[in-house]
Amino acid sequence: MTSVTTAPTSTETRDLRLGPEARMMAAYLAVALVALFGGVVTGLLQALDHAGINLYPWVSPFIQSYYHGLTVHGVLNVLVWTTFFICGFLPYITMRALGLPLARRGLGWWTFGLMTAGLVLAAIPLVANAATVMFTFYPPLRAHWAFYVGLTLVVVGTWLVTLNLVLTYRAWRRANAGRRTPLPAFMSLVTFAMWSIASLGLAAEMLFLLIPWSLGLVAGTDALLARSLFWFTGHPIVYFWLLPAYVSWYTLVPRQAGGKLFSDPLARTSFLLFLVLSTPLGFHHQYTDPGIHRGWKLLHAFLTFAVFFPSLLTFFNVTASLESGARARGGKGWVAWFGKLPWGDPSLAAQVLAMLLFTFGGVGGLINASYNLNLVVHNTAWIPGHLHLTVGTAVTLTFTGITYWLVPTLCGRALWGRRLALVQVWLWFIGMAIFSHAMHQLGLMGAPRRTMLGAAAYVQPEWASMMRWVGIGGSILFVSSLLYFLVIVLTLALSRRPAPAPPEFAEAMSGPDHSPPILDRWRPWLALAAVLIAIAYGPTLLRLATTTPLTTPGFRVW
Amino acid sequence: MKRGTTIYLYELAWILPSIALPVGMLVALAVTAFGAGIHLPSDVGRVDSRRVTETAPFDALGVTQIAPGQYEVRMLAQIWAFAPGEIRVPAGSTVHFWVTSKDVVHGLFIARTNVNVMVLPGQIAHVEAHFDRPGEYSIICHEYCGIAHHTMAGKVIVEPRS
Repeated sequence: MTSVTTAPTSTETRDLRLGPEARMMAAYLAVALVALFGGVVTGLLQALDHAGINLYPWVSPFIQSYYHGLTVHGVLNVLVWTTFFICGFLPYITMRALGLPLARRGLGWWTFGLMTAGLVLAAIPLVANAATVMFTFYPPLRAHWAFYVGLTLVVVGTWLVTLNLVLTYRAWRRANAGRRTPLPAFMSLVTFAMWSIASLGLAAEMLFLLIPWSLGLVAGTDALLARSLFWFTGHPIVYFWLLPAYVSWYTLVPRQAGGKLFSDPLARTSFLLFLVLSTPLGFHHQYTDPGIHRGWKLLHAFLTFAVFFPSLLTFFNVTASLESGARARGGKGWVAWFGKLPWGDPSLAAQVLAMLLFTFGGVGGLINASYNLNLVVHNTAWIPGHLHLTVGTAVTLTFTGITYWLVPTLCGRALWGRRLALVQVWLWFIGMAIFSHAMHQLGLMGAPRRTMLGAAAYVQPEWASMMRWVGIGGSILFVSSLLYFLVIVLTLALSRRPAPAPPEFAEAMSGPDHSPPILDRWRPWLALAAVLIAIAYGPTLLRLATTTPLTTPGFRVW
Repeated sequence: MKRGTTIYLYELAWILPSIALPVGMLVALAVTAFGAGIHLPSDVGRVDSRRVTETAPFDALGVTQIAPGQYEVRMLAQIWAFAPGEIRVPAGSTVHFWVTSKDVVHGLFIARTNVNVMVLPGQIAHVEAHFDRPGEYSIICHEYCGIAHHTMAGKVIVEPRS
């Protein structure tokens, strides 16, 4: 047993390669990647439509209309790719940070099975054009019941992930009383705690409105009540996608850049603020809805600005951490250090470029949130332009960067084609800059979102050039996606060199010992979140739930 | 210890403007909302979408002059058209739109104006707009409402005052 004495004893170095943890991560990642592929193919068709190239007649057996493809694109990319990646990645990171296996491994696999079964159930009507209702599924558009039941099972699965993480954390806490929770585990727990609160709105919409109605058990529904419950979840869901990217930016990227995390306490503060502030602001998606008093909309505008604060803290902390890495590598000057980052590493390049474009996404988000300014952009092409900077880049390009170390770690082989991966990353950045800029411009000129503009009668002459740029940007993004899948597939199929060690978690310049104990407690923050939600949502939801007659019949008009 | 203090000062130097920035934006928001009077749609009541054509004010769709320079439009959105689909008013008019949907969710969007409101079955939407410049303004449905969503449009024709 000499290996016992030579094996590293630190829990941080627990090797998760090829073990059960890696298999579960790989299973989630496989589903996520299949979804991403389906989403980028349909995305290309939409971009080409805007450029005047209608490919829908050619794909009609599979994709029956622009709107069928658009729904597939939204559901697969926005809901499935993100959620499955996260439900694999955050438990994996948590196990690595705590040095413990999942508390209930069997439950973990049952959870994966439930989520995948739910996905398949939802995918059947989705693919068969029986659920062409967009990923927001606003009733009274009525999809097949299997679509709602399937998506609900996926949400229930995410709650089981929360449960497993909490049990794992408690096992760690019993053995480590008084120690600060390791930052990556803390952030993962905050993310799932936030999501589990926020997803109650969506669950209520599904269980009380959409599922009984789609099964014919009740005759009618209500558009406003359903939208209000949907957006209770619909904004925090963006943080559910974004915070795992932040986990990578805070806890792995500083090390990948050759530096240290600037401030651990500040990182914890910003995550706790996300826990508290992510949910009570969903009316900013309903600014132009009738039936909600504008006073409540104003309150949600204030709270949306408040959640900008932890985003600014993140911007500062992550940038300072990158700077420490670049300076350690010989970077100089106020700005010039940026060039000294290890740009040859596709994993780091992807994530830094994701941050760059996300800056514009953040500024655009503030414009959207600005109460009456929203009248200029609401439901215009500006909005998908914004979403592609946030979910489509900050989240997706970061996840892409993560897979550039994660896939080699999981399969034990080095990344095949580092240069190709770099080309992929830069093409995504360039393609998205073009695509997103053109979409924002189109929105300002009055083009609606979610519309087959290539066939619309009201297209203005000045939209034409931007519509072509949408097609060009979208095509570049499609080429980038193909390169991405090529690199992943060839890593699995051809790579023979052993994988390098996965990035370690970054140390902090101002470490967890500087963080006050209140930042490692749960009940005060969860209570504060509940109070804010009760204030911001309570009166309106209570009024709608008690006074709304469920009389609106359903329609299948696609 | 010295290093911890330096980091703390850096943090503070960032945190204070990070609070000032959103607060400044709130002030700007309040000025445009209450000073300039640019507001969002609010709660003006329900209507049964199944009986909407028998219910006032949607039993008489169309444009009515309610005062000098003031017009009221009672409008119904349905797949895939606005009724009325064409509105004529003289330049300089203020138009009060009362809109609802007979079927699914639609949107009422008039570019180059502040008219941007969701049209939900069951809810009455009310917005106002002032039309100074003569010309044609497209009315666009900006919420996905089915297979022919992109054909759902109308227009406001603002005529020069004679």
